[in-house]
Amino acid sequence: MIRIVDLHKQFGTKKVLSGLDLEIERGETMVIIGQSGSGKSVLLKHLIGILKPDRGQIYIDGEEITRLVDEELQKLTRKFGMLFQGGALFDSLSVAENVGFGLERYSDYPRGEINRIVSESLAKVGLKGIEGLMPHELSGGMKKRVGLARAIAYKPEIILYDEPSTGIDPIRADSINDLIIELKNDMCVTSVVITHDMVSCYKVADRIAMLYNGRIIEVGTPADIQASSSPVVQQFIHGKAQGPITDW
Amino acid sequence: MALKFRLPILAPFYHQVGEVGLLIARTFKNYFRRPFEKKIFLESLEDIGVRSLPVVSVTAAFGGLVFGLQVYVGFHRYIGLGSEAFGGPIISLGLTKELIPLLVGLMISGRVGSSMTAEIGTMKITEQVDALFSLGADPIRYLVVPRTLASFIMVPCLVLYGDAIGIFAGFFYNIYLMGVNKSIYLTNTLLYLELWDIITGLIKAAIFGWVIAIVGCWQGLKAEGGAEGVGRATTRTVVVANICILILNFLLSKALPATLTGK
Repeated sequence: MIRIVDLHKQFGTKKVLSGLDLEIERGETMVIIGQSGSGKSVLLKHLIGILKPDRGQIYIDGEEITRLVDEELQKLTRKFGMLFQGGALFDSLSVAENVGFGLERYSDYPRGEINRIVSESLAKVGLKGIEGLMPHELSGGMKKRVGLARAIAYKPEIILYDEPSTGIDPIRADSINDLIIELKNDMCVTSVVITHDMVSCYKVADRIAMLYNGRIIEVGTPADIQASSSPVVQQFIHGKAQGPITDW
Repeated sequence: MALKFRLPILAPFYHQVGEVGLLIARTFKNYFRRPFEKKIFLESLEDIGVRSLPVVSVTAAFGGLVFGLQVYVGFHRYIGLGSEAFGGPIISLGLTKELIPLLVGLMISGRVGSSMTAEIGTMKITEQVDALFSLGADPIRYLVVPRTLASFIMVPCLVLYGDAIGIFAGFFYNIYLMGVNKSIYLTNTLLYLELWDIITGLIKAAIFGWVIAIVGCWQGLKAEGGAEGVGRATTRTVVVANICILILNFLLSKALPATLTGK
C-alpha cells in the first residue's frame, strides 16, 4: 500500500535520508525507530507530501505521489490523518473547530453531525466536554490528544503518528496505544508510528523499522527486532549509552 | 568568466525572487479556487481596517498639519504675504496623491505586515502550516488569499479616511492657526483638486496594501529557527515592504497620469 523507493533528502549540506526503502502493507502498524534527528519526522512529512524528496519515489496505493501537483496532492492528503509532535493545533480556533476542521471543509455532513463526530473523537482520546476551550487553555498532553482526535475525526485510511506518547503520562500513553490498536482492528487503518518509547513500540507494532544513517537498516516483527544481531539495533532498543551508534 | 564570478553573489537574490514569484503565482491561482476562507477574510478586514484607525488618524492629522505648515511657510517666504491662501490645492494634492498613501502604507507595513509575519511564522514553526496541509487545506488559500485580498481592499479605505483627516488638518492649521483667508483657500482647493488626484492615491494604496500582505505572508511562510527566526522574519517584512512601498510610490507617480482634465 505504501512503497518508498530510494528516497533521498538533504537540507543544506546535511544528508537526512540517503536511499531509504520501505514497504508498508494495508492495515499494518509500522513503527519507525531511530535516534533523535535521524530523519523519522522528515520521512513522515514525505509520506503526506509536505516535503518533496530530492530523489526517489513514494507510492500510495500504486500512485506515485512525489510528482503530484498541488490539487492532486491535496486530494490524496484526505486519505491521511497526522498527529504532529506538539499537537500543532490552530491557535485561533477552539478545540471543536480544530477537531472538526477537515470535516467542515471537505465533507457534506450537516453541522449537528460534525458536532457529534467531534465529541465522539474527543471522547476516544479521553477528553470529553472540552469542545469550547482554546488551545492555550490546554496542557501539552491535552494538546497532543486533541491533535490525535483531529487526525482520526474524518476516519482516514492512513494515520501517521509523530511520537504519540511523548509528553503524556504513562496511563494516557497506554490508552493511546490501545486506541492505535483499536483503529487498526475496527477500521483497518494503516498506521505509521514514530516513537522512542520501546514499551509502546512493542505493544502497537506489527513490524518495526530501524532508521539509521538515512536508511532503514532492519525491518521485522517486534520479536525479530528484539532478536536482531545488529549491534546498532541492540544498542538502540536497550537504550545503552555505549555502542556503535555513539562511537564517534 | 565575469558571469561565473557574479552568479554566486546574486544567487540568494535570484532565489528570493523565485520564491516570492512562485508565491505570487500560487496566490493568484488560488483567488479563483474554492472554498474561500470567509471567516479569515472578515477577521483580516477588521484587523487591517478597524484596528488601524487610531494609528492612521494620528499619522494623517500630523502629516496634514506639518504639510500645511510648510506650504504656508513656502508661500509666505517666496511669494509674499497674502499668497498663503493659494496653498490649499497644493496641500490637498500633495496629501491625497503622495503623503497620505505613503505614510499610511508605511504605518500599515509596520502594524499589519509585521503582525502577519509573526502569526504565520509562529504557525510555521509550530507545524500548524504542515497541519493545514495534512488536513487537505492549501496553506496559500487559507493563509495568503484572505489576507492579501483584505489588505488590497482596506488600505485604500484607510487612505480615503486619512485624506479627509489630512486635508482638514492642513485647512485647520492655515485657517484657524495662521489666519489665512478661508474663502480663497477653499475656492482654490475645490477648483484645482480633481477626483483623479484622490483616485491616484487610492490606486497606490491598493497596490501598497497587496504588497504589504504578500511580503508579510511570504516572510511568515519561510520563517524558521524558533522565536528568534520569527523575530528576524518580522523585521525583514517591515524593511522589505517599506522599501517596496517607497520604490513603487515613485514608479506609480511617474506612470499614472498627473491629471485627466488636461489642466
